[in-house]
Amino acid sequence: MGATIAEKILARASGKKAIKPDEWVLANIDLAMIHDAWSFVGPILSNAGVARVWDPDKIVTVFDHFNPPPTIKDAEAYKTAREAVKKYKIKYFYGQNAGICHQVFVEKGHILPGMLIVGTDSHTMTYGALGAAGASLGFSEMAYVAATGTLWFKVPKSMKFNINGSLAPRVMSKDVILHLAGKYSENVAQYMSVEYTGQTIKEMSLASRMTLANMTAEIGAKFAFIEPDEKVTDYLMGRSKNSFEVVKADGNASYEHVHEESVADLEPQVALPFSVDHVKPVSQVNKVKIDQAVLGSCTNGRLEDLKIAAEILRGKKVHPDVRLLVIPASSDTYREALREGLIDSLMESGAIFCHSCCGPCNGGHMGLLASGEVCISSSSRNFRNRMGSPDSEVYLASPATVAASAIEGKVADPRNY
Amino acid sequence: MISDFRGRVWKFGDNVDTDVICAGRFINSPVDEMKKHVFESIRPEFAAEVKPGDVIVAGAWFGSGSSRETAPAAIRALGIAAVVAESFSRNFYRNAIAIGLPAIECPKASRIFKEGDTARISFSDCKIVNMTSGESLDFKPFPDEMLTVLEAGGIEHLLRKITALQSRAST
Repeated sequence: MGATIAEKILARASGKKAIKPDEWVLANIDLAMIHDAWSFVGPILSNAGVARVWDPDKIVTVFDHFNPPPTIKDAEAYKTAREAVKKYKIKYFYGQNAGICHQVFVEKGHILPGMLIVGTDSHTMTYGALGAAGASLGFSEMAYVAATGTLWFKVPKSMKFNINGSLAPRVMSKDVILHLAGKYSENVAQYMSVEYTGQTIKEMSLASRMTLANMTAEIGAKFAFIEPDEKVTDYLMGRSKNSFEVVKADGNASYEHVHEESVADLEPQVALPFSVDHVKPVSQVNKVKIDQAVLGSCTNGRLEDLKIAAEILRGKKVHPDVRLLVIPASSDTYREALREGLIDSLMESGAIFCHSCCGPCNGGHMGLLASGEVCISSSSRNFRNRMGSPDSEVYLASPATVAASAIEGKVADPRNY
Repeated sequence: MISDFRGRVWKFGDNVDTDVICAGRFINSPVDEMKKHVFESIRPEFAAEVKPGDVIVAGAWFGSGSSRETAPAAIRALGIAAVVAESFSRNFYRNAIAIGLPAIECPKASRIFKEGDTARISFSDCKIVNMTSGESLDFKPFPDEMLTVLEAGGIEHLLRKITALQSRAST
């Protein structure tokens, strides 16, 4: 029997020839990503008497969630985090001016195909867009990794979505993953490794694939994978000097489920409050008035997302009852958008630009909602209590749908623009 | 060996996510502040009424969403002795055990407990018993890796033991 991508990477990392699902392995970690969580991981390491980390060159850090700090307690947390980064001599520390972790570490060439990466963020599986295994951890498990360079893993079962058909204009990879969540539920991939294949995926840009891999966290997965092609290897050229090996699934690998999907006729999708699988096509979401529109986050704050929003908004104005917040996912993205004139164009339409960070996505800052307010967001989660008042509501959609909705002041169909 | 205990049951349904357990905006608050907000959007009375030793019995996929370890930490800070659920999100399960809070997977647990029943949890024979009704269920033993962490009282304690052993070996 052949092996899936997850099985191959975990076997290599744990020094075994072959492994099977549900087996526990102790694996060597190739890269650890720690963001603001240093304010927790640092004290755990100190309390445990850990004097040095296993390899300061293999831990990458950027501060993104509460950055710049909106409150004194967040500022104190960053102070603790900075002290830990210094104490443990972390080589690749990108400070507070780089952007959101998942975007930054891809742009900076740290993420390579075939790697086993752990991160203190639930969207660490975004790295699967480059064929790397990205798993999310909490603070204590990360402290164990930082101290030892190893962690135990249960080998996940794998499943596959084979997706075919070219997406219609104004339909994006976000619509594909929202459609899958709606069709199969938010738990369809619990504890599984998800592989995406098919023509639709091949046609997607790396940025679109990152959205897909990122949102795979929302259907419960442990890893997401898209087999790297020349789009990925071209992207990495000049970004990383390190060599890598593309890991592919064997033709006779075993999958728990293989779902065949056709998305040629897919229309833009919207996830209604309060779960990511409460999904309807945009044409069936009637006249939901919005107070805020958010374009940003590690899910959908990349250049192509800003571009499509600028295209839709060009020559038009944001509805007077709506605040449109635009948060480029990284400073490099921000500057590229500046060079391409996207920022001027979006501001002309009435957008508010915020510094590259996680923003209101996790309820941190920069655009929280009052009671009774409704937001449409290109981010990943719409749980109750997420983006401000427990009595507010978040609708999830693609950047195109967010832009169209910002114009109309209600959830709107981007295909009309 | 983890000691057995008994406590009052607080029942929850399926898909209780981490923002419902404790919203992300409280992450940098002291844990004593954070714990006051546990389940506030769905059960505002919970934090004030829960007693040390009480048990949460939930449905499927408890703790979905964020990888924030503050979700199990806030629950533990209220004195909850264990979370029993039909299934857990991967992150919550691992994070709970990583801080020494038993997360017990038991697919039929919701069926034998009502709100307010008394549960006894026995780790030696992997049993949960409803002391009110007399019904009981077995749960799957913890994997060795998880048991080591739980018995140490969490990863911080485990790491402390490892570093103490290392410094003894090097002197």
